[in-house]
Amino acid sequence: MSMLTGMSRRLALATGIGAVMAAAPAFAQGEIKLGAVLSVTGPASFLGDPEKRTLEMEVEALNAKGGLLGRKVRLIVYDDAGDANAARTFATRLLEEDKVTAMIGGSTTGTTLAMVPAFEDAQVPFISLAGAIQIIQPVKKWVFKTPHTDTMACEKIFEDMKKRGTVKIGMISGTDGFGKSMRDQCVGVAGKYGIEILHEESYGPRDTDMTPQLTNIKNKAGVQAVINPGFGQGPAIVTRNYRQLGITVPLYQSHGVASKQFIDLAGPAAEGVRLPAAALLVADKLPDNDPQKKVVMQYTADYTKKTGQPVSTFGGHAFDGFHIWKQAVERAGTDNPAKVRDEIEKTKGYVGTGGVVNMSPTDHMGLDLSAFRMLEIKNGDWTLVN
Amino acid sequence: MERLLRNRWALVVALALILAALPLVFPSNYYFRVAALVNIFALAAIGLNLLMGYAGQVSLGHAGFMGIGAYAVAIGASRFGLNGAVAMLAGAAMAGLLAFLVGRPILRLKGHYLAVATLGLGLLISMVLTNEAGWTGGPDGMAVPRLELFGTRLRGPDTWYMITAGALVLGVILALNLIESPTGRAMRAIHDSEIAARVVGVDVAAYKLKIFVISAVYASIAGSLMAFLNGHITPDGTAGFLRSVELVTMVVLGGLGSVLGAIVGAAMLVILPQALTIFHEYEHLLLGLIIMASMILLPRGVIPSLLARLRGGGA
Repeated sequence: MSMLTGMSRRLALATGIGAVMAAAPAFAQGEIKLGAVLSVTGPASFLGDPEKRTLEMEVEALNAKGGLLGRKVRLIVYDDAGDANAARTFATRLLEEDKVTAMIGGSTTGTTLAMVPAFEDAQVPFISLAGAIQIIQPVKKWVFKTPHTDTMACEKIFEDMKKRGTVKIGMISGTDGFGKSMRDQCVGVAGKYGIEILHEESYGPRDTDMTPQLTNIKNKAGVQAVINPGFGQGPAIVTRNYRQLGITVPLYQSHGVASKQFIDLAGPAAEGVRLPAAALLVADKLPDNDPQKKVVMQYTADYTKKTGQPVSTFGGHAFDGFHIWKQAVERAGTDNPAKVRDEIEKTKGYVGTGGVVNMSPTDHMGLDLSAFRMLEIKNGDWTLVN
Repeated sequence: MERLLRNRWALVVALALILAALPLVFPSNYYFRVAALVNIFALAAIGLNLLMGYAGQVSLGHAGFMGIGAYAVAIGASRFGLNGAVAMLAGAAMAGLLAFLVGRPILRLKGHYLAVATLGLGLLISMVLTNEAGWTGGPDGMAVPRLELFGTRLRGPDTWYMITAGALVLGVILALNLIESPTGRAMRAIHDSEIAARVVGVDVAAYKLKIFVISAVYASIAGSLMAFLNGHITPDGTAGFLRSVELVTMVVLGGLGSVLGAIVGAAMLVILPQALTIFHEYEHLLLGLIIMASMILLPRGVIPSLLARLRGGGA
């Protein structure tokens, strides 16, 4: 019984602290409230964690410099753990309880699409950090996004293939959400570049050997290159098996594996693999006259210093979302959701980590193919092609 | 207090009064949404509790049936032009039929075969929903057309709170009726001793199957309601394995064999994560601690343990 009273006393204390914590900021006047629902934990935490750290870092830096329009920015982050249902609940909470005037977040396409109706209904601008093209096509008045789409990655790869005179290719794709979506996009735009997909294979997200599928591709006459839309460890295994089978035609990976981890996993087999990636990954290798050089070097330095971890493109998406929003608020001279939305849509020439952003009423992403750089792995490191 | 909790009609009336009174104190739509989610999960948990608390069988794939209900209304309305309410009933029928087909051979066996079979079934449903992207939109999910009834489009958390509250009260009445019926008595006999029940002439397999089908229908209806409330569904969010585990946790936490317990368990697991966000990094830790503490201090589940304590200490 004494244990019980001890528990309840502690609980009462805890709730008391909670109440104070929740109540205190509400008294501060004139704050600009920015919401963020991110997948900080759970299977998509590799997206949500750097996004959260980036937003916190940027908001802190902004407030240290006197805030926005002379007002303090308060960032309210909720963790949906990758669950679309939880994301939707937190979206409602941001809109109804916290009364945010803008939102940056939605780490995955699933959580983003689940939250879209809430923001469309409430008429509050929503800058998503997820990849799929369905988020902005058809155009939704209040929804924007900063990451490039899978279609653009396919186009970048096909562009490079054409330069090398490759038109007949094989494809092996993962059946996870990313691999599947990108595979569909690649099939969709292949015709535009005159690329012919001779043979197609797939593998499950937890498969540990892709030799049979790759043997089929190897035996298919006329294949001039192979593309592997996929994510996680699958592409690394494909790359190893690819070399083990002695396939000599060029192998293209996707932006889904554009991290140092991929090179570590695939080892020497990764030599000569090409993939499209954001400028952020090769910040120090960009020529000095590159428009993105300054911003990606700065962000890389800040992020590494603050968190002690290497940068990822996902954190970069959050960085871009934050600054697009910030500049829109500055231009609008208010955080009024409708006016900020209009200004976000007018974003022109914003140079971010993901590329140069030029939005319009029909394009709520505003990136073109120059957002991607074609990389080749040489001596265990990235090098720029061209 | 104890008599009140024992009397089933008093329970229904009290629940209906509370559900009707809550909107008066809700300051915003956010509260309506959270309360609607409590109603929805309570409905699924009540169904699962019939199976776990009375038939003594665990289903580790119950979210699969929620997924069927959710995708039935999404696909039925968007691809076949069915009215949402009709699609919901079709989904419930499908979930019931599937439970019947899976349960019929398995429930003749003793032991935890159903747990393993439902585990597989749940994963299978989740995989189908993920992979049949042409129908379901794949892992990113699909939009659910708003339900239209009598020419009005139903939207907004407040509207759906009312509807889910009605569904919950109806679900409670049906569950209580079932428990007090001859079927319910047979179920309790099975729960206490399967051999004894068989000796007095109870067809154990048939009753277990019946309960399994009923619990699947409860879950399917809950899934449909969740799809309508959210307007967008994903395979993981509706039919994922973690969702199944969550449902089992609700039942065990609230109390096996207690209808009110299922509601309390659902309310705890829906509301606590929302309330604990103020602790930021520690929210998951605290949620785990609270659940552990609850199981240590109230080992038979919140409601049965409290009832026992009232009976022992009160009077």
